[in-house]
Amino acid sequence: MTVSPQSTIQQELVDFLHSRTKKVWEEDTDLFASGGLSSLFAMEIVVHLEKTYDVSVRGKDLRLDNFRTVTSMATLVRRLQGAGDAGE
Amino acid sequence: MQQPSEQTAREPRRHHLAVLGAGVMGASIATLAAGHGVPVTLIDVDDAKLAAAESRIAGEIRLAQLMGALPDDVVEATVTPGGRLADAAGATAVVEAVTEDADIKAKVLSEVSALVEPGTVLVSNTSSIPIDELASAACRPADVVGTHFMNPPYLIRTVEVIRGARTGERAMASIRSLLDALRRQPVVVRDAPGFVTSRVLHPMINDAARVVQEGTATVEDVDALMEGCLGHPTGPLRTADLIGIDNLVDSLRVLHERTGDPGCLPCDLLLEKARAGDTGRKSGRGFYVYQGETS
Repeated sequence: MTVSPQSTIQQELVDFLHSRTKKVWEEDTDLFASGGLSSLFAMEIVVHLEKTYDVSVRGKDLRLDNFRTVTSMATLVRRLQGAGDAGE
Repeated sequence: MQQPSEQTAREPRRHHLAVLGAGVMGASIATLAAGHGVPVTLIDVDDAKLAAAESRIAGEIRLAQLMGALPDDVVEATVTPGGRLADAAGATAVVEAVTEDADIKAKVLSEVSALVEPGTVLVSNTSSIPIDELASAACRPADVVGTHFMNPPYLIRTVEVIRGARTGERAMASIRSLLDALRRQPVVVRDAPGFVTSRVLHPMINDAARVVQEGTATVEDVDALMEGCLGHPTGPLRTADLIGIDNLVDSLRVLHERTGDPGCLPCDLLLEKARAGDTGRKSGRGFYVYQGETS
């Protein structure tokens, strides 16, 4: 499977979050901290990532910590796409 | 071998829950049970509703996992759909989650109580109808107890349990055992219209809507004040969208009829939204718009 570059995924996620929440989110902001997004929206993000990057989030990967920031989500997507330890 | 886990002691599979009504609450109670290893039969006369509930439950199980709300050491149980009340026959507990209408709930309880083994606890998940009123419809009023699960029940641990005047010890023991298997924390209260949570919350939401109706503040500002100044977790109007504005109107009417409190008479803005079908998160629009969000 093709592994998307980290920076591309991050930019796409920032754009997605902006279009859906009308707010600008930094790549390392905790999206679910107080005053942030709801758990229902978290689930929507999971479904969006699965559809957009053709990955499946299962088992132990399905936990909120993997979705707290744009960076952590992009890292998870790359791992599920089969990125090696060597990086890009 | 490991020590017997806490879950082994709970033995979720010795319970078998029949849930009546595959609406928002029925489906999410099924999610809660299945996710804790308790097998469920989900019953509704409407095939389309049952089909919709199946995919809804699959999504909710994932949401519950995402939020760390399901135990790691439990194998998920299955939810079996059923089209007839008779499918509840083998259950160890029955939860009715049909429309918040006293006549409909009484009819369902009356019929199901004739189908199950005597002594099977019959749980009404009503948000405001007095339990003793519903118990009169059942063959054995002692088997009837109330629970008021908050939405979503798989994320909210505390459950209001209502002991009616005729609710028996055996029914109380059954509901405690079931809620323990579901890792919920019961708070038992006496029977009254709206019990505690609805009696306090629903007139407050009605007032929040009235404040918007009178032009004092916007929807967003009412919620921002109630959250920021008073520590309400989601804001009353966002909570209204989660409850369902149609359900809220039904509940306020029940409260008004039974308490005479004019503060419980649903305000025009709530009535308008219910009439227009803007019932909240489940319809995609209420006080807020939920564009494409999983409901």
